[in-house]
Amino acid sequence: MPQYAFLIYENEIPIEDIPADVMAANLAAPEKIEAMGARIVSEYPMQPGSTATTLQKGGAITDGPFIEGKETIAGFFVVECRDLDQAIAIGKLLPIMDGGIEIRPLHEM
Amino acid sequence: MLAATVRVAGDLDLAEECVQDAYVSALNAWTTSGVPANPGAWLVTTARRNALDVLRRAQVFRTKMPLLAEDDVDEVSFTGGSVVRDDTLRLVFMCCHPALSTDARIALTLRLVCGVATPDIAQAFLVPEATVAARITRAKKKIVAASISFRVPEATELPDRLDAVLTVIHLLFTTGHTAPSGDTLTRADLAERAVDLGRMLHGLMPDEREVRGLLALLLVNHARRATRTDPDGRLLLLEDQDRSQWDQAAIAEGHQLVVAALRGGRPGRFSLQAAIAAVHATAPSYEDTDWNEILVLYDELLRVWPSPVVALNRTVAVAMVDGPGVALREVEKLERDKLLTGYRYTAAIKADFLRRLGRHTEAAAAYRNAMELADNEAERAFLAMRIKESAGEPS
Repeated sequence: MPQYAFLIYENEIPIEDIPADVMAANLAAPEKIEAMGARIVSEYPMQPGSTATTLQKGGAITDGPFIEGKETIAGFFVVECRDLDQAIAIGKLLPIMDGGIEIRPLHEM
Repeated sequence: MLAATVRVAGDLDLAEECVQDAYVSALNAWTTSGVPANPGAWLVTTARRNALDVLRRAQVFRTKMPLLAEDDVDEVSFTGGSVVRDDTLRLVFMCCHPALSTDARIALTLRLVCGVATPDIAQAFLVPEATVAARITRAKKKIVAASISFRVPEATELPDRLDAVLTVIHLLFTTGHTAPSGDTLTRADLAERAVDLGRMLHGLMPDEREVRGLLALLLVNHARRATRTDPDGRLLLLEDQDRSQWDQAAIAEGHQLVVAALRGGRPGRFSLQAAIAAVHATAPSYEDTDWNEILVLYDELLRVWPSPVVALNRTVAVAMVDGPGVALREVEKLERDKLLTGYRYTAAIKADFLRRLGRHTEAAAAYRNAMELADNEAERAFLAMRIKESAGEPS
């Protein structure tokens, strides 16, 4: 089955400010994903973009994420599932507040 | 044929190659042993066998042929009936997947579903052939890399997926119906392809109300094709068209489909647009059109499809029911919301209301604005005429 990375872009807000229903939906997602016959391969929540360090072409080291924007990548997870339609269905389990979720197929290794 | 082969091959490029190979095999086999009773079935079976051979050699069964798991392909029983139907539907849904850009969906559908050659697609959309070729190649790569499936969507996904298909067919039609640029108003080939696709989809999914609605919309609009320009290619407005020249058989068919599409709960956007077109098409004249009915339909359309373009078109009906003054205020409100900036018909519609209110200087200015956004020569000629007329009137 193909694998997809789900890159979650959101406004960075303190964890306690995340609405309860959003939090609940996120916590309930893994079980629903498994129930669909898909498999979560790995998940990586990230520290805020302010903790990031970027190495620029030419060797400069800069403070902050590579792409400075209102929304930044907040984490990603990898799921193995049937096809893009199922991947989209999985993405829809996660409420989007301000940003978006990029679904990127992975190379088969 | 291509559709039937994709299902086995699970890879578009491979499928196209196998279809080509099947034609070559056919030429060889048929010259020695004669043409088989069902040449189409023979070709599909051969193409599928070729696909299987290639895939076996390449040992990509597991990665490229997830579909084999559900079908016993070694026992392909091709009867020319439901297999083709299902495969065509799968191909349409794959080519029109919302994960592909609209341009790519249109190009893929024309290329793979309608079999239109790449240079012809390029010509129809007035873009370089290399652009279309690149668009198709990129889309095919994405289909394979992102595992866009070759199957009919499940019931839960169907509304979104079907809407993406209908949008492609509708865009194809509107591009053909009023070409956004170029010397002539219509590109009949494209509009006809769209009608064919609409008819095919209706044959495949006869119970889907929005499919009925779309086919009705295309039929009724296409029925007016002979009268939309005068013999010199100049644009004729709906009010100036010779209604006796409209294709009454197509209008009757469209009308029947609309009635069926409106039945059974809240209608969708294509059914409502078809209903509006049908009210126009069955009216004895522009003045004797049931404008109240049209306004009611537009109100409903705006509820299910709150697009600024719909809101703008609705003002034309408002002008007929409540007068151009009320309609003008609604257009000005839309302008303030800035959702229609750059849309080529806003200024033209506003100009028409100003003209009917006798505010000729302002009308001429609005027609000039419209002219700046119009690329189609037939439309430009019409606007130039209006500017001249408005300038000649006292304000």
